[in-house]
Amino acid sequence: MSELVLPKIDKATINKKEYIFKNLAKIINPENVLSHADDIKPYETDALAAYTQTPLAVVMPENTEEVSNILKFCHKENIKVVPRGAGTGLSGGALPLNDAILLSLGKFNKIIEIDFENKCVVTQPGVTNLGITHAVQHKNFYYAPDPSSQLACSIGGNVAENSGGVHSLKYGTTTNNILGVEMVMMDGTVCRVGGKTLDQEGYDLMGLICGSEGLLGVITEVTVKILKNPQVVKAALIGFPTIEEGGNAASEIISSGIVPAGMEIMDKALIEATDNFSKAGYPRDAELLLIVELDGTESEVDELLKQVRSICEKNNCSSLKLSKNEKERLSFWAGRKAAFPACGAMAPDYYCMDGSIPRGKLAEALLEIKRLSEKYKLPVANCFHAGDGNLHPLIMFDGSDKEQLRKTEEFGAEILKTCVRLGGVITGEHGVGVEKRELMCEMFNNTDIQQQLDIKKSLDEKNLLNPGKVYPILRKCAEEGRVHVHRNEEKFPDLPRF
Amino acid sequence: MSIEMKKNSQIFQDSNNTYYPEDEQQVSSVVKELYKKNQPTELVGLGSKNFIGNKIQSAKKLSLSKLSGVVEYLPEELYIKVKANTPLEIVEQELEKNNQELAFEPIDFGFIDDGKSNKGTVAGHLSCNFVGSRRFKVGSMRDHILGFRGVNGKGDIIKSGGTVVKNVTGYDLSKLVTGSFGTLVALTEITLKVLPKKKLSNTITINTGDKKLVNELFEKISSSSSEVSGAVFIAEEPKDASYDHNKEMVFKFNDLEHKGSFVALRIEGDKISIDEKIKALTDELELNKLDKTILDVHQSTPFWKKINNLELFKQTKNNLLRVVIPPSKGTKLMQYLGNKYKYYIDWCGSLFWTEVQSKKNTKVSEIKNLIKELGGYLTIIKTSNEYDYEEMIFTVDDTRLLISEKIKKSFDPKRIFNPGKMYRGI
Repeated sequence: MSELVLPKIDKATINKKEYIFKNLAKIINPENVLSHADDIKPYETDALAAYTQTPLAVVMPENTEEVSNILKFCHKENIKVVPRGAGTGLSGGALPLNDAILLSLGKFNKIIEIDFENKCVVTQPGVTNLGITHAVQHKNFYYAPDPSSQLACSIGGNVAENSGGVHSLKYGTTTNNILGVEMVMMDGTVCRVGGKTLDQEGYDLMGLICGSEGLLGVITEVTVKILKNPQVVKAALIGFPTIEEGGNAASEIISSGIVPAGMEIMDKALIEATDNFSKAGYPRDAELLLIVELDGTESEVDELLKQVRSICEKNNCSSLKLSKNEKERLSFWAGRKAAFPACGAMAPDYYCMDGSIPRGKLAEALLEIKRLSEKYKLPVANCFHAGDGNLHPLIMFDGSDKEQLRKTEEFGAEILKTCVRLGGVITGEHGVGVEKRELMCEMFNNTDIQQQLDIKKSLDEKNLLNPGKVYPILRKCAEEGRVHVHRNEEKFPDLPRF
Repeated sequence: MSIEMKKNSQIFQDSNNTYYPEDEQQVSSVVKELYKKNQPTELVGLGSKNFIGNKIQSAKKLSLSKLSGVVEYLPEELYIKVKANTPLEIVEQELEKNNQELAFEPIDFGFIDDGKSNKGTVAGHLSCNFVGSRRFKVGSMRDHILGFRGVNGKGDIIKSGGTVVKNVTGYDLSKLVTGSFGTLVALTEITLKVLPKKKLSNTITINTGDKKLVNELFEKISSSSSEVSGAVFIAEEPKDASYDHNKEMVFKFNDLEHKGSFVALRIEGDKISIDEKIKALTDELELNKLDKTILDVHQSTPFWKKINNLELFKQTKNNLLRVVIPPSKGTKLMQYLGNKYKYYIDWCGSLFWTEVQSKKNTKVSEIKNLIKELGGYLTIIKTSNEYDYEEMIFTVDDTRLLISEKIKKSFDPKRIFNPGKMYRGI
């Protein structure tokens, strides 16, 4: 990716490096302060691997008190802090800064309490998303939001990004599935919000922190809601000869009043790629593949599948296969879940986009992406969470070719602008991070952004917690759109930064 | 004051010092003027929930009632965008045409106020975030707000969210303003998620007053995959004459034979799936061992309407508390309430609506302390005339209060909107 503008490096912090290390080693176990180049190397990037930065040091506190003391110290000494969960984020939200401490929550990896009576799990933030389901599945419970990285991503990171997943169509995203959080503010204040009750009174601080991308507080504990497994789950694999027909069928299913547990779309490029990769038995002749999953009681699911079949037949589907058993249902998903690695096998690099659009515009968006793919001469593969209009176009390119890199970025930005034009948004579930920072202006004007910055300022007046993320670095964003910087030459050196 | 502002203040202000802006731009102009003059102002809609929260001492009122009407309704996209002060009834009628509904079941607070329906506006409901029986299944109002537009305390027009369900672009301010009692933003436009209406509903009622059994039933229901969408316990009314004895009257249905307390649970869907769920629940809850009846759709629908209208507390003169606790603490709270208080339990054991007779104001503090111990919170929804306001209407701890103050300042630095409505200093 092109050179990234980051907040101005505070030389004073760099100069007092040794003093900082010494003090951090007093606050926490010195073994948990990493400052040697070899030790901090793995932390230079998150899953948006195109960007790398070396942090000043990596600290790995083991309890809330340590987090609070680290933040108090940094607050007093004006040291920037970048929080990090499992580092699986796709928008660079955990990208380190040269003059910042990287605060890793990796040691917060224990489940504190499993409370079946109140249908919740109290956990430390470093526990993986799937780890929660594993802890409760023996009693047929599960944690609903299921980002595709669920094997590795941490629940704290899920809260920071408000992660969704295939099943968020019916069961909501992280914000709809948590009951309480403990967070530490930048000045070290520990705040507990919610608990084991439904809703909370007063300002919805949990709603605010959820999806705030580590800018407002550091999550140190999460209480999540757990759900009972549905009685019956069945899936249908449906092929369509054209993009329009498949897209229309997907939006018709939703508008008919059916709420599937999950509904996914893949285009021809991905049908072939994933089928090669995981032998899922997908219809290779189809231009578009729809996977619809329904859950509920036996008769309910059968009735809904009947309706889905009739909608798809009306829209001229070329094949329709229902899962006969659990093994087959999982095989339907195996290909979809392998979409990203399958793309990785097709090209040296791929760039995953994440926009949301109204469901009725699915076909239009797909056709526009196809047109853009031809314009930029870069292949693209599409997988969508069709039920909630969340697109993940995967642009394939060769990262060693500078020109392709530039074109890929432009292509990506144009896709997201298309999403906004169609009535959607620039990120459905991956977050803004550093990646889409400058595109915020496509959706918000300066007043909207100023209000968000005022909230940030009220809770972190020195702008020390994860600065340079989410909000455009250049104040006059609304006029300039996306910012490109080459050879570290900033376009507007005279503009104020925040 | 600019000429434009002078003109505005003449147009909008009536003799009661109430402004009536007609559009977002005018709201912005009025607020800019109020900001300049540093004038605390009460935000009002149709006044249906005006009795909730602390009384406000303000010279000015800002009525947003003229910001009404559907802006865009796309049934196939499952959302409706309305001007913020659109009466809820209009939204419901609009949705009904397409067999859709607001799944979170808004509460009609008119009944407890003056005995008849008064549903108020969308903005009013959003500001309170109090919802009905389906909460434990579908979330509260905050889970159904996709986006909003409004004016902050400086007069700036701001927006957040959008019309799509998957959206993590910037802070989720829709959640923050929901339940903020008009202390952050004067709302001008709201986008709500809508869902297909459930075809039918049936209700199983179980006659019992056994606390242990009630909580066992709640626990089994919430562990069941039969998708029960309402679970309440209606406690026997206390003998005390200071409580209205209207339970028999409110829940008068052909098939509901009850002399004392009972549990009711709702199952929704088409006929076949309802039958299937009832069969499954009969096994799971061992219903054959219990004294039970089933209300068909003609009785079930009005039953839950009465629940969500709080008709049990119709025109109450007493204090009405809304108590939310972890469901596992239900038995303890039931033991405390005994038959001294009039109450019912909703949300499958999580929510207690409790009436405390007016002469027992000190009891409110006692209950509040107990609720804190149980890990819950309490809101005084309606206060009796004798209520002395020594106890705070809302529950908040010092840290959250401090953070709330900071957030308030970021929206409304001069505390123009509804000062003190929630907490002192906010």
